[in-house]
Amino acid sequence: MKKRWYDYLWVLSLTYLILGFFNILFAWLGLLCFFIPLIISVSQGTKGYCNRYCGRGQLFGLLGGRFGLSRKKDIPRFMKSKAFRYGFLIFFFLMFFQMLWNTYLVFEGAASLKQVVTLLWSFRLPWHWAYHGTLLHPGVAQFAFGFYSVMLTSTVLGLITMVLFKPRSWCVYCPMGTMTQLICKVKNHKM
Amino acid sequence: MNEKKRQKAAVDQNFCVACGCCVKVCPVSAIEIQKGIAALVDTAKCVGCGRCAKECPASVIELREVSA
Repeated sequence: MKKRWYDYLWVLSLTYLILGFFNILFAWLGLLCFFIPLIISVSQGTKGYCNRYCGRGQLFGLLGGRFGLSRKKDIPRFMKSKAFRYGFLIFFFLMFFQMLWNTYLVFEGAASLKQVVTLLWSFRLPWHWAYHGTLLHPGVAQFAFGFYSVMLTSTVLGLITMVLFKPRSWCVYCPMGTMTQLICKVKNHKM
Repeated sequence: MNEKKRQKAAVDQNFCVACGCCVKVCPVSAIEIQKGIAALVDTAKCVGCGRCAKECPASVIELREVSA
């Protein structure tokens, strides 16, 4: 099958993760992975992002497929249930809003900038080397640290399920995937 | 009549996440994601190779015998 330009978007996903080690402000670019799928699903009623452009999915497919870093076993039944998928979506959102709240506190001057990346919503990793100050408000940096935490956490979860189950197991419970599918269902009157 | 049994892919649409992994690996373009909701196999095109079933991260595609 002929490769198209969008089959190489995994390069961008990998670059994104690497850039976050050097300058945390690049984390803002990750918003593209939030807005593009939403825009496609709302405007066209398809999961075109998952189906074609998701660089993260491609990265898991490559590592688990060509590089053989996956057991290629079936994912447990409960993980594909609606309860788990929507439950994870809600949990992810709650954590996301908490991150936004922390950003707000820094913007308001009620909290100081914390130069840490929180992995799996619990482990606070020192990350000060990736912040060199900014002309902008410290809140801008706080959002970057928070957003990078979200992206790194989901990558780590995706890598774990890639190894344990099939390469793109993340796609089964990816909050963006669940949300865009829900939007498509509503938009196409299937709910 | 000589009745042949053939294998065709079938998607459990209730559990399909519409990720599109199956579409990418199908050698005869027999699967499409319908309206971002679930995958659907065109049984007329499907040759029953099973690549989609192997690729599906949710393992919701299985090969079923159908009489051709």
